[in-house]
Amino acid sequence: MTEDEARLAVADAHRSEWTRVVAATLRAVRDLDVAEEAVQDAFTEALTSWVRDGVPKNPGAWLTTAAKRRAIDLIRRATTYRAKVQLLVEPDSFLDEDPPEMPRKVQVEKELVGDDTLRLIFMCCHPSLSADAQMALTLRLVCGMDTVDIARCFLVSQTTMAARLTRAKKKIAIARIPFIVPRGPDVPARLDAVLGVIYLLFTMGHTAPSGETLVRNEVVVEAIRLARLLHEMAPSEREVAGLLALVLVNDARRESRLDVDGRALRISEQDRSLWDHEKIYEASGLVATSGRAEPPGRYCLQAGIALLHTTAPTYADVDWSKIVRLYDELLRIWPSPVVELNRAVALSNISGSEVALEVIESLESDGRLDRYHYLPAAKAYLLDQLGRGEEAETARARAYELADNEIERKFISERVHGS
Amino acid sequence: MTQYAVLLYADKGDISPDLNGAEYEEHARHSVKLQEGGTMIAAFALESYETATSIRTSGITDGPFIEAKEVVLGFYVIEEPDLDAALATARRNPIIKQGGGVEVRPVEGFFVRSTS
Repeated sequence: MTEDEARLAVADAHRSEWTRVVAATLRAVRDLDVAEEAVQDAFTEALTSWVRDGVPKNPGAWLTTAAKRRAIDLIRRATTYRAKVQLLVEPDSFLDEDPPEMPRKVQVEKELVGDDTLRLIFMCCHPSLSADAQMALTLRLVCGMDTVDIARCFLVSQTTMAARLTRAKKKIAIARIPFIVPRGPDVPARLDAVLGVIYLLFTMGHTAPSGETLVRNEVVVEAIRLARLLHEMAPSEREVAGLLALVLVNDARRESRLDVDGRALRISEQDRSLWDHEKIYEASGLVATSGRAEPPGRYCLQAGIALLHTTAPTYADVDWSKIVRLYDELLRIWPSPVVELNRAVALSNISGSEVALEVIESLESDGRLDRYHYLPAAKAYLLDQLGRGEEAETARARAYELADNEIERKFISERVHGS
Repeated sequence: MTQYAVLLYADKGDISPDLNGAEYEEHARHSVKLQEGGTMIAAFALESYETATSIRTSGITDGPFIEAKEVVLGFYVIEEPDLDAALATARRNPIIKQGGGVEVRPVEGFFVRSTS
């Protein structure tokens, strides 16, 4: 195997396996810094080893084993050091099933609530961490994002972000934030943050924020799996059902989002026969039972909106006034500028582009969406409808400049003059 | 096991004069429960904040070190397997429904002279 091929395989594994490898390693060692370092080392080791021996049949399992072995090694070394300085280390806190002489306590716990990734997410979203820290930790540990990229997301310097992550990890270690999926009365209060993270994971996979592919399938599949797991765990939680419905209905359109040449398509241009109607059907069922809550939650409403798009037989049949009504409800419980932007685009189908453009321009002047490329993209679309080609061109250039994903960039640039 | 300090806070206005009889009773009962349950390993109830004296390089002043609406009433140390367990124990402190609150903080180390 050439080095380039191996490098590609490792990059692939990094995208698809990172979260599971971190989670499994963390279960083995319970020390975030060690786990992270070990996982990093495992990926480095994969580079040389895969050139020599080829890519293993199950790269995830290979990486997990390598990372765990490395982690236990690191811990042993640290333990000897700590023993010298007479610090207490609880021996069974970093053990796993691998070495046979070690206790099986961890395994029992695993069977109780067995999903490592879900544990990792609940740990990152622990209410004792600030919302910023929760999000940063999740991006780092669950999504495998680099500190540099996370810093960019938060618009802070890399040093600031590194310090924030270190502080959060230190708190997890010292205050002993547990690596478990909580049970009982604690669960509902903690779900909000967890749902947010799973949705973020889905969004990252559904429209990869940067790079050359639009969708990272493995990440999408993982997010859906987690939403489903959570729904099984807490079937009466309506927002969990709402989230599952939302990710299903959005993913149902996966096959139709690009044309044969890999260009992104508007929903009005997509081939509806390619949609996964089984997923849409399942989502409808979930929304039908969970959306009846008064008032319906954020994910139920978003799923409801997406369903109105996907269950219409043709694009011309979409019930825009109902969509706008759902956006109004959504804005009441979740007053976000992104929701306002989406509502404006829906509104243009009822009240015309002029009215929608006014809303978008006022959103633009309030500055909260300065870095959000969908705003100038939507603006360009409406300006085109109004025959104001030159202004549309300017907006499109701005959208192009802000978009990081190559396919989305192509989408914007190919829509010059509203083609 | 990790040791956590639970610091009790309340609004100055709410505790001056001292907790009334019924509220004090609740704390006493809660303390007994923690002692019998075995999770509490030390506890210190402090006298009123009005009896506190603070020292800085600039000298000695009357009152708590930090000028704030809320003051520390006391603290105790519990031993728990993790933060969730510590929070579950601390959450039952009566001060919370009496309008105050608690801070839970891992203990790095402590010393108590054994009395004979």
